[in-house]
Amino acid sequence: MQAVVFALLAVATLGGALMVVLSYNLLRSALGLVLALFGIAGLFLLLEAEFVAIVQVLVYVGAIATLVIFAVMLCRNYFDPTQARFNDQWRLVAGFAALFFVALAAVLLQVAWPVAIEPVPSDVITQLGVAFVGPYAVPFEIASALLVVAMIGAIIVARERE
Amino acid sequence: MHFISDLWLNIAKAWTAWLGSFLPGWAVSLIDDVIWGGMLAMLSVIATLSLTWMERKVIGRIQNRLGPNRVGPWGIFQAIADAVKMMVKEDIIPDGADKPVFNLAPVLIAAAAVLLWAVLPFGRGISGQDLNIGALYLVAVGSLSTLAVLMAGWSSNNKFALIGAFRVVAQLLSYEVPMVLSIATVVLVTGSMRLGDIVLRQPVPFILVLPLTAIIYVLAAAAETGRAPFDLLEADSEIVAGYFIEYSGLKFGWFYIAEYSNLLAVSCITTTLFLGGWRGPGAGVLPVLGPIYFFIKAIIVVFILMWIRGTWPRFRIDQMLGFAWKVLVPASLASIAWVAIVVKLPVPQAVQYLLMLAGSLATGFVCLTLLGRAARRFVEGQEAAAHALAAQQMPAEA
Repeated sequence: MQAVVFALLAVATLGGALMVVLSYNLLRSALGLVLALFGIAGLFLLLEAEFVAIVQVLVYVGAIATLVIFAVMLCRNYFDPTQARFNDQWRLVAGFAALFFVALAAVLLQVAWPVAIEPVPSDVITQLGVAFVGPYAVPFEIASALLVVAMIGAIIVARERE
Repeated sequence: MHFISDLWLNIAKAWTAWLGSFLPGWAVSLIDDVIWGGMLAMLSVIATLSLTWMERKVIGRIQNRLGPNRVGPWGIFQAIADAVKMMVKEDIIPDGADKPVFNLAPVLIAAAAVLLWAVLPFGRGISGQDLNIGALYLVAVGSLSTLAVLMAGWSSNNKFALIGAFRVVAQLLSYEVPMVLSIATVVLVTGSMRLGDIVLRQPVPFILVLPLTAIIYVLAAAAETGRAPFDLLEADSEIVAGYFIEYSGLKFGWFYIAEYSNLLAVSCITTTLFLGGWRGPGAGVLPVLGPIYFFIKAIIVVFILMWIRGTWPRFRIDQMLGFAWKVLVPASLASIAWVAIVVKLPVPQAVQYLLMLAGSLATGFVCLTLLGRAARRFVEGQEAAAHALAAQQMPAEA
């Protein structure tokens, strides 16, 4: 049963990713990205990481994908069927991509990854919260400072010039 | 008698046992899940049919007229007549529209509206899937409709639809912040994101402990669903239906269903978080009363939202966004900061609740005072500008 669900999610993710790179229409590429991100959220759910899956939907689909779609809508030439899809270097790039795929597959299949034996604890979110203010407090604060800097930068850039 | 005291759960158990007598385990759970999902999806359609009738009657009485009263006694079949009309209308697709995206947008928005029902606790032990992260799931599903709105606005190949879609997305993104903060306040008080636990840990309904947070949530959720007074984006006199202007027939019907399903879902979430959910006199002993109390409270909240729609004038887009960022966000931030402090104090729970109530009322009082001062400054500025204009014109006349 899990294999069937995994296959469906993998098809959704890869299909979305293919739509991103192969579509002539930039908006359809953005929507393919949304599909791929949903597939990844589903894969997180298969790994019993519910919180990460929901945050993935909330942050990636709700905010980042929306922003990407806004940026695509502001493009002038978002749909050009006459443009060539691949340029002259595609054979070289395909070779490197195949090499990368083989190397990654070898790493994933040959390494003996450590597998967690105990089941996922039921109070994952409590432990996450405790970790945020305990051992990982400094990265948490740095991330917050980064977000504040980004917000202030956005306000300054978008402000009306007086 | 014992069967009736927990009627809904006992019916479900009897049905599952009967199925299990001749089907393997996985088939039984699959059929049960499909039936539950179908019922919840049907709830959206039933909600639309009944709530449109209720809305037209309520707003009619507020406006001193009768509302629909021809089709059936008190006009109760009016909604069915509307539904039939919508289904037989011609399906028009504009010329330059992006067909797959155009057709997918109403499906996505209806899906986002239906997915909200999966985590709501209708009674003790009765909910689609009592997720560990139920409260966060509600927010994540709400952000799906943002995407569907953008798709609808863009694929219509219509400048007004696009502008309407941009405004809707600005409104939805702005009002998500106070909504998330007020949900987070309740999660802080109960210590759990699971909606079933939030109901179980409400000895007193949270509207009596955190009235300001309840008001912030209701207003932010009303803005999220696009109800009046935040309906700038779909009002006929403003932008003529905004982002779904090019949709006709059943596709428009799906947008309509999504709106009313969202209305009922938001009311149910308000009852779960702030009104004690399915709790009520006798619901502990007779769990069968749980869903009845739940729906009564939800209908009361729906009535209040319809009352607001019939009474208050509409906001402009800059007033709406200013209200979200300058009033609701600071108020909800202050509220959550105060609750975070109070929850950690080493005093008994009743004292904690009283302190939270005091803080909530104080924050509300400060908000209203500041708003009053801002309003007075605005009015004085208007009068000064009017005087200056009059003084400018008088020497010209003399």
